[in-house]
Amino acid sequence: MPGHFEPIPGGGAAVALDDVEISIIRSLAVQLLELIGPGPGGEESDDPLAELFAEGPSEPPADAVLRRLLPDAYGGPGAPDDLASQAELGAYSSEFRRFTENDLRAGKRTDALAVIRSLDALSPAGDGGAVLKLSQDESVQWMRALNDLRLAIGTRLDIVDEEDTDLLYRLPDEDPRKPMVMAYLWLGGLQETLVETLMA
Amino acid sequence: MGRVTAPAPLEIEKPETTEDLSVVPEPDVPWITLVHNDPVNLMSYVTYVFQTYFGYSKDKATKLMLDVHNKGRAVVSSGTREEMERDVQAMHGYGLWATLQQDRK
Repeated sequence: MPGHFEPIPGGGAAVALDDVEISIIRSLAVQLLELIGPGPGGEESDDPLAELFAEGPSEPPADAVLRRLLPDAYGGPGAPDDLASQAELGAYSSEFRRFTENDLRAGKRTDALAVIRSLDALSPAGDGGAVLKLSQDESVQWMRALNDLRLAIGTRLDIVDEEDTDLLYRLPDEDPRKPMVMAYLWLGGLQETLVETLMA
Repeated sequence: MGRVTAPAPLEIEKPETTEDLSVVPEPDVPWITLVHNDPVNLMSYVTYVFQTYFGYSKDKATKLMLDVHNKGRAVVSSGTREEMERDVQAMHGYGLWATLQQDRK
């Protein structure tokens, strides 16, 4: 069934993808991988110990998508918003970020890479389509990567509340955001059906 | 897995000033992990994360997901600051918008 994951008997999930779908997912995953990157201070090093103890950044990323993928751990809606409290919460968030952001970035990169690898391992038929089969573990990685992709596209499309999503469904065909919206909704269907296979 | 499934009941004497907005940590006050609403994350996915990461039943995970969706946020775990930082980091790994704070109410 196009655009829908189905459970494989014995565990795992499968979906039929055509050549365009394969190239869209792959290209989005590559873009996500490049956006996340190792992050400031997280560059690859020859010294595994230095890498282990490398500190992450203390400031939130400037890019809106990265800020959504790597949010502050302290503060947020409902937190006290007086200046002193905000400064305190900002300091806690900075410290948390220094010790966790590199790991968080690495986890997201691993998930996006898993998506790219499984697509590259496909042997497409004559028409360029193929059936993608995922193990249970790969399904979890795909589910997380699909979620990160949707968060990234959702941020670029400025989806901040439920009404924004409703509006996107009614965009006229000539709207320049239309292709991105179609991708967003299609990835949502893929993720939804993949979650269903994991919860079955 | 197998962790405490609800914020522990508080038996702590409240200071007279109930409008204490200070965020400076107080000893003996437990910390909580909050998950905030987000129009992108799928309801089924959020439920899945609560079930698999926290080991909550489907009913409990669904109720927490609905609280996040309807009330804007929900307390998904409570414990020490270190435990809550671990939970928040895990939630961020799943792409959920989570924060931690001391439970002052």
